[in-house]
Amino acid sequence: MKPAAIIIVLLFGALLGYAAMDFPPWGDPAAPASVHVSPYYIEHSLTQTSVPNIVTAVLADYRGYDTLFETIVIFSAGVACLFLMRVFRHTEPDSRMYRHLPSGITLRVAKGYAPPPESREFERIDLTWVPYNLVVKTTSRLIVPFSQLFALYVIAHGHHSPGGGFQGGVILGASIVLYAIATNMRASLARFSEKRAVGLCVLGVFIYAGTGVLCMLLGANYLDYGALAVLFAGDGVAARSHGILMVEVGVGITVMAVMVHLYYSLASSGRHDEGL
Amino acid sequence: MIWQIEFVVLLIVLICGIAAISVRDLLGAAILFGAYSFMMCLLWAIMGAVDVAFTEASVGAGISTVLFVAAVFRTSRRTKD
Repeated sequence: MKPAAIIIVLLFGALLGYAAMDFPPWGDPAAPASVHVSPYYIEHSLTQTSVPNIVTAVLADYRGYDTLFETIVIFSAGVACLFLMRVFRHTEPDSRMYRHLPSGITLRVAKGYAPPPESREFERIDLTWVPYNLVVKTTSRLIVPFSQLFALYVIAHGHHSPGGGFQGGVILGASIVLYAIATNMRASLARFSEKRAVGLCVLGVFIYAGTGVLCMLLGANYLDYGALAVLFAGDGVAARSHGILMVEVGVGITVMAVMVHLYYSLASSGRHDEGL
Repeated sequence: MIWQIEFVVLLIVLICGIAAISVRDLLGAAILFGAYSFMMCLLWAIMGAVDVAFTEASVGAGISTVLFVAAVFRTSRRTKD
C-alpha cells in the first residue's frame, strides 16, 4: 500500500510542478492579472470607495458576494461541527472531582452521589487537574484584554492597514480560547456560553446579509453600499467605506464565535464540561 | 529582499513540512505544523502579500495549532503509521 501511495503522490506532485511552469513569473508586469485586472483597482479603488487598502476594498466591496459566501462557509462549518461533535445527551460522568479551597483537599464524588454543597469553598476541578500555575494565569490575564483590543483594532482599521474581519475575528476568538486554557473550560463557559457562541455565529451572517438587504431597501442593488449615504449623512463614496466596516464587523463576529465553539467541542470531546 | 534569508526561510518551510508528516508524536507534528505556517507567513510577507501573511499568522500558526493540540489531547498522542 505504501509504495503505491508514494508513487501516486510523486506523480501528482510532478504534474502540479509541470502545470505551474505555465504560470507567468512572479511579479511579471506582462502577466494577464497585472495587465487587465490590477490597474483598474489601483487606479479606481480610492476614488470609488475611499478605502486606502486595496485588498479590503476588493474583498468587501468589489467582490462582496465572495466574502459573503466565505462567511456562510465558515458558519456552515461551525454548524456542521456542532452536530458532529456535540454530545447532546447529558450523561453523568463516572466520578467528579472537587477541591476544598481552604485546605487544598481533593474530593472524589462517585457516580450517583450528591456533590458537596454549593459554596465558595468548593471548586469543581477536572480529572486531569494540575495546580494552577501563577505565571500562566497572570500572564494570560495580562494578555487577554490587550489581544481583544488589538483584535478590535484589526477589524476596524482594516481599511488602512492589513487586517479585517477574518483576522480580527480569529484573534478575538483566540483570546477567549487563551482564557479557557489558562483557567478551565467551566470558567470560560460562564463568561462566554455555548448559547452565546451559537447566537453570535448566526448574528454575524445576519449583519452581513442584512447590510445587503438594507442597500436593497434604500433602492440600490444587493451589497451596493453607495445607497447607505442617506444613513451616514455623507456622499456615496464615504458610505462605501462605512458599508465595508459594517460587513467586516459581521465577518469578525461569525469567525470569533465559530472558533470558540470549535475549541469548546474539540477540547471537551463534545461534552462541554471539562477540557484542556 | 536579501535572497539568502528567503532561501533559509524556504528551506525551513520544506524541513517543517516533511517533518510534520513523518514524526510519530502527534503533538510534535502539531507544533511543527505551526512552525511551518509561521515560516509560510514570512514568505507571504516577503512577497508583499501582507494581508495573506496576517491571515496565515493568525489562522495557520495561531488558532489551528491550538485546535490540533486540543484534538491530540482528546485522542492518542502517538500514531501507528
